[in-house]
Amino acid sequence: MSQAASYLELSYWQVGLATLLILFNGALSLALRLGLGKRLLVATVRTTVQLLLVGLVLQQVFALRHWAPVLALAFVMVLIAGIAAVRRTTHRYSGIWMDTTLSILVSSWVIAGLALGAILRVEPWYLPQYAIPLLGMILGNTLTGISLGLDRFTETLTQGRDRVELLLTLGGTRWEAALPAIRQAASTGMIPILNSMTVVGIVSLPGMMTGQLLAGVSPVQAVKYQIVIMFLIASATALGTVGAILLSYRRLFSRRHQFRFDALRDTL
Amino acid sequence: MTPRASLLSARDLGRRHPSDDGWLFQDIDLDLESGDRLALVGPTGSGKSLILRALALLDPVDRGEVLWEGLRVSDSEVPTYRSKAIYLQQRSPLVPGTVEENLRLPFELRSRSHQPFPRDEALHLLEQFGAGEDFLAKRGVNLSGGERQIVGLLRALLANPTVLLLDEPTASLDRDSAAIVEQLVLAWQADSPDDRTYLWVSHDPEQVVRVTDRILKLDRGRLEVSS
Repeated sequence: MSQAASYLELSYWQVGLATLLILFNGALSLALRLGLGKRLLVATVRTTVQLLLVGLVLQQVFALRHWAPVLALAFVMVLIAGIAAVRRTTHRYSGIWMDTTLSILVSSWVIAGLALGAILRVEPWYLPQYAIPLLGMILGNTLTGISLGLDRFTETLTQGRDRVELLLTLGGTRWEAALPAIRQAASTGMIPILNSMTVVGIVSLPGMMTGQLLAGVSPVQAVKYQIVIMFLIASATALGTVGAILLSYRRLFSRRHQFRFDALRDTL
Repeated sequence: MTPRASLLSARDLGRRHPSDDGWLFQDIDLDLESGDRLALVGPTGSGKSLILRALALLDPVDRGEVLWEGLRVSDSEVPTYRSKAIYLQQRSPLVPGTVEENLRLPFELRSRSHQPFPRDEALHLLEQFGAGEDFLAKRGVNLSGGERQIVGLLRALLANPTVLLLDEPTASLDRDSAAIVEQLVLAWQADSPDDRTYLWVSHDPEQVVRVTDRILKLDRGRLEVSS
């Protein structure tokens, strides 16, 4: 164990010990014929390989201490989040990739930028040890909000096509016709983060706070960080979700106040 | 003196099939004059509903345009146009809530925000088919199919349009409900016979004779000479 660090350093040998636990589970599955063995194996290998690769990349980026690799990594993270968000939707339209990625990019970068520059006042602002995990946490939650919100928006419009058109036929504007669906979608996108804000610390300790406690940070400091993070995540999720819904609204409702139902297609 | 422009007209209206080269309808020229009681007939799939929707500006077209009093309707004027030329769906949907909440719906839109809901007129219309004030408090989910369509029609009539675009409004109704719908539309038009106009899509030749003066025939997306 290193003297300087206030946490216990792990060796690969210790990681291997944890693997034994998984092996035990696999053996149990085989013995009871639960049929979990293969999936458990795949998940274990994926966890190990993905995290080791990320570790290697982060190690490099941390060592370089230059803004360019940090921004490049941040950009790749946004692209992956954009793809993941669209993959979870059941109705798509041409341009959904653009809308999703753009709203993820703007919401996460704006909020992460404000956090680094104005709240945490990290010097220099791109210090990867702050910038990358912060962005990662924001992205993970924003993409969930956006995919849930978009899914609900397109689903409500598809199921409620008659009602949307009813408002249009009576002289409603495209905004008036879309508003019920927009409202539902925005609140659906916010459900997960609002839920976790309600029970945070009671049901479970959030990952970042756990990490800081393990690293020897005082509980009060860890809590302060966690509060800031929750607020950042909630703001970015709201911004990203509403942004994505509004962008998709502009594509699905023409300037002539027409609902472009034909533009939507099922992925199922 | 130049002749007065028609109330609502279509010029060279055409819409392509989304997946092949064909047209869903094309070369549609028609004029609705003030006071017209017009029928649009044709076999199933000939494009009647699509033309009606195009006239209501609900779908984009690939060619031609719809004119209101001789002028193209600009993007920002579309909601106002639709509040004057109301398209009634084949099964007009109701929003959750009571009959009165449904009838009030048009008056909650910006295009009619300055107009009060004409409750007395609603009661008067209900009287015409033997319903009273208690009908207003009924919940939409408890209505029969016929009653729902009548509420949909009343909602359109109370919004005081000049033109009604009726997409087979009685197609899925029992005989009594269909008769009420016909009566309501005829009475509405007769109230201001020189102004109020409708275009009625129908499959029922007897109904066409009962409710309209002039017939437009549609065949495979083209209009034939009107009779």
